[in-house]
Amino acid sequence: MGGETRKPRREAMLLTAAIGLVLSAIGIVIGLWIDWFPIQGSTQAEDIDTLWDVLVICSVPVFVGVTAVVLFSAREFRQKPGEEHLDGPPIHGNTKLEIVWTAIPAVMLIALCGYAAVVLSNIEEAPASGQEDRVAVTGEQFTWTFEYTAPDGKKFSTNQLYVEQGKSVKFDVRSKDVIHDFWVPQWRLKIDAVPGVTTGYRVTPTRTGVYPVVCAELCGLGHAFMRQSAHVLTPARFDKWMTDMAAKKAAGAAPAAGGTAAAGGETAAVDGKALFTDGNGDATACGACHTLADAGTEAATGPNLDEVLAGQDAAAIKTSIIDPNAEISEGFGEGIMPPNYGETLTPAEIDALVKYIADATKK
Amino acid sequence: MLPASLRHAGWTRATFYTLLGIAFSYALSLGARAGFDYDPLLDGESVLQIALIAAPLFFLVGIGCFDYWFYWASGRPARPEDHSGHGAKSWKSYFYVNTDHKVIGIQYTVLSFFFLLVGGLMAMLMRAELAQPGRQFVDAGTFNGLFSVHASILIFLFIIPVFAGLANYVLPLMIGAPDMAFPRLNALSFWMLPVAGVLMMASFFAPGGSFASGWTAYAPLSNTAPIGQVFFTIGVQFAGAASIATALNFLVTIITMRAPGMSFFRMPLLVWANFSTSLLVVIATPFIAASQFFVLLDRGLGFNFFNSAQGGDVLMYQHVFWFYSHPAVYIMMLPGFGIISEILAVKSRKPIFGYRMMAFSLLAIVVLGFTVWAHHMFVSGMQEWIRVPMMITTAIIAVPTGIKIFSWLATMWRGVLKLDTPMLFALGFLTMFTLGGISGVMLAMIPLTIHVSDTYFIVAHIHYVLFGGSLFTIYAGVYYWFPKMTGRMYDERLGKIHFWMTFVFFNATFAPMHLIGVQGMPRRVADYADQFAGWNLAISLASFALGISTLIFVYNMVVSWRGGPRAVSNPWRALTLEWQVTSPPPVFNFDRIPTVVGGPYEYGIPGAVHGILHDGAEVTPTPAGTAAQPSKE
Repeated sequence: MGGETRKPRREAMLLTAAIGLVLSAIGIVIGLWIDWFPIQGSTQAEDIDTLWDVLVICSVPVFVGVTAVVLFSAREFRQKPGEEHLDGPPIHGNTKLEIVWTAIPAVMLIALCGYAAVVLSNIEEAPASGQEDRVAVTGEQFTWTFEYTAPDGKKFSTNQLYVEQGKSVKFDVRSKDVIHDFWVPQWRLKIDAVPGVTTGYRVTPTRTGVYPVVCAELCGLGHAFMRQSAHVLTPARFDKWMTDMAAKKAAGAAPAAGGTAAAGGETAAVDGKALFTDGNGDATACGACHTLADAGTEAATGPNLDEVLAGQDAAAIKTSIIDPNAEISEGFGEGIMPPNYGETLTPAEIDALVKYIADATKK
Repeated sequence: MLPASLRHAGWTRATFYTLLGIAFSYALSLGARAGFDYDPLLDGESVLQIALIAAPLFFLVGIGCFDYWFYWASGRPARPEDHSGHGAKSWKSYFYVNTDHKVIGIQYTVLSFFFLLVGGLMAMLMRAELAQPGRQFVDAGTFNGLFSVHASILIFLFIIPVFAGLANYVLPLMIGAPDMAFPRLNALSFWMLPVAGVLMMASFFAPGGSFASGWTAYAPLSNTAPIGQVFFTIGVQFAGAASIATALNFLVTIITMRAPGMSFFRMPLLVWANFSTSLLVVIATPFIAASQFFVLLDRGLGFNFFNSAQGGDVLMYQHVFWFYSHPAVYIMMLPGFGIISEILAVKSRKPIFGYRMMAFSLLAIVVLGFTVWAHHMFVSGMQEWIRVPMMITTAIIAVPTGIKIFSWLATMWRGVLKLDTPMLFALGFLTMFTLGGISGVMLAMIPLTIHVSDTYFIVAHIHYVLFGGSLFTIYAGVYYWFPKMTGRMYDERLGKIHFWMTFVFFNATFAPMHLIGVQGMPRRVADYADQFAGWNLAISLASFALGISTLIFVYNMVVSWRGGPRAVSNPWRALTLEWQVTSPPPVFNFDRIPTVVGGPYEYGIPGAVHGILHDGAEVTPTPAGTAAQPSKE
């Protein structure tokens, strides 16, 4: 191998550099083409998705560059037969080069941080108009409760989130027990619900529709099932919903909120079976977690009601709904079933549900 | 008079003492409850909590970790220091207390790999459960337990101790020392590990199931969890104490026991890396100990550190926890950097490019590593102003890391690359760790983290750092020093198959997690939305192949250790001192302490040596090879 200087061939280096540039370009195109995110559902999501695109554009060349040097070296400088006792040239360093590869990444990273700080301040900025809705969000094992203040000043709670399209809403997030995390992936925003502290964020939803509210912080056995829905309504529908809810809650005030208001003649209007299988649009359906042959539901998160409720009287069934931790079936954990059905169902609905379940389990 | 088997250190006495510890726990619990007039007098959980602390301590006394100190403290004649506890006489020696750093190094490494297999098996169970949405094999509680124990075992009982094990073996040899500075402390450090491991694995048998609040064990979830949580709380104390004791040992050994002529800037970078890591461990580890003691006091004695209703502060747990657990990421990475520096220099036959910057960048990471912890808490609800400063420090810590990557690339440039198994893993590490670093910089950007925190994007990132980063360096190091540690050569063909299978299926397993994470799949869930089903099935299948690739490694190690070809002293023609003695080295490493006369990586300088041995004519240090002709630049 006489005359071997182990200087890389110039044409091979140029070729590798060219391939690296092309692959970087292809990598960036693929990185931008991939449908990374869920639907873009808020003004905040638009800013965050753009930040992601910038990060992809910066990252791909770094990875391609390092990989190109590794592969080029492995090919070009590989030990060939006869070189078993050959060493490379004793190069100990190059101060200029070392300054360059310290300074350039530092400048790039600071620039990225500056950009990210601007995005952060944009997504957290209060609306210029000062017009903003407020919703109090409370997490507990394993459900969310959303509390609204109606225009007449009365408060009411729901088990599903309703917000208005195009209007900023500020959430005040709290927790009753352990840490939860209030996340709507389509909005790209989340914050921990911390016991003893009020946290929160604001969002301006841009798309109507129904999106999942996900608990993103491990909170115990039912963590994977701590899911509700966020309904984004047009302003007109949101106003109507608000009026309806205020009226409904005033009429059939939940025991916790307003004493013992009689259910009136509403019982007949509530279909217990439909409530069991579909929920009331506010409280989660029983059938999502429980098996009940009569309703045709099959789920194993909670006990099989055909078995555990057989022979139980209506009072016991009612207690199981309102205070699920009073008695726990064998093999199931405490605190998995949301304890707030007494608030999210009206007394009329609870009565209808108890009547339906009592009938269904007697068969 | 007690029978001999109960007087002398060993397993019989250890068993007897462990039973004594359990009896002590009953007595203390019953006594205290009687004193306070509690009813019932006998409370199983109370006894168990005490026993989890007492039984391991009694075991450590029984197995013999404290014998010398007790003799000395009680004024009885301490056994004469004839080093009779030194060296391994047969495979059985590895199951007893031994003060030889080479025995302890192998004890550490083998035990850690046992925990790798345990932790890996748990990952397989999780992937089986996650192959389809809905519930397949395990319930939610068991699943939460699996990922909690998986992470805890692999962090506290695999990555951290396996690096300590490899360094235990090679570091004293590398600096020309006969042993570690505190051999008895070294033995105690090792024996605390099986204790921690048994506690964590045994938690599955606790009433209410194993600890299931993640390896992060956030309060107040960990405060209210069933008794299995305490197995983690106390297990971490033992693993942490082992870690601190070893780090002190390394620091004192490195500072005081370097051979004549070995200045700090003649130390191999592995020594620098463990020096830096030990600084991190000594400063940071007490913080995780504190965080777990808070939980223990809250649970056991009704303190209210994390009970917000009584003025407790839930966020404090996270601050104290991450003040250790972020530096812990570097504790799990810096020793790997050291391994890669050794291998790249030797396998490229070139000096490390920018040696001093490599050493300084390690120290820079140590300092900066303490200024970034709150980036784990961007969505925790902590004070808002701290986020941007922590984002900047988090991004800046990529600069010294980048210096290392670029210097390694420059080290290979124009070298004579031997692409064998250790080198392949080193190159695999360079590319995969770069990816992990890139997703790390992305995660520093607060607005993005608000969306992807607690999703599979985090799972992908941490596995690119700890598997593509740390584990690749561990594999590289084990293959590289296998001839020195066992005196045998491993099977190169199997090693290469292991590398390629690991590399391919590692990427097939973890790369798609970036995507499903950004798409919105949360981590730590046994069940998920149907839209993620396709990717999860693909990931599960790839992970099973990744699991199988590990078996190739185990087979290669076991078979080669038993019957591989004998290794010569210096199969890689390396300059560092550990390769100048026989494989495996003599009991006291060097007959006389060597003298260091040059840098550790003077490849390409004809006749250059790192150190001179004074052992006689038959052992002469391997000089560097002939350089390729200097270029006419």
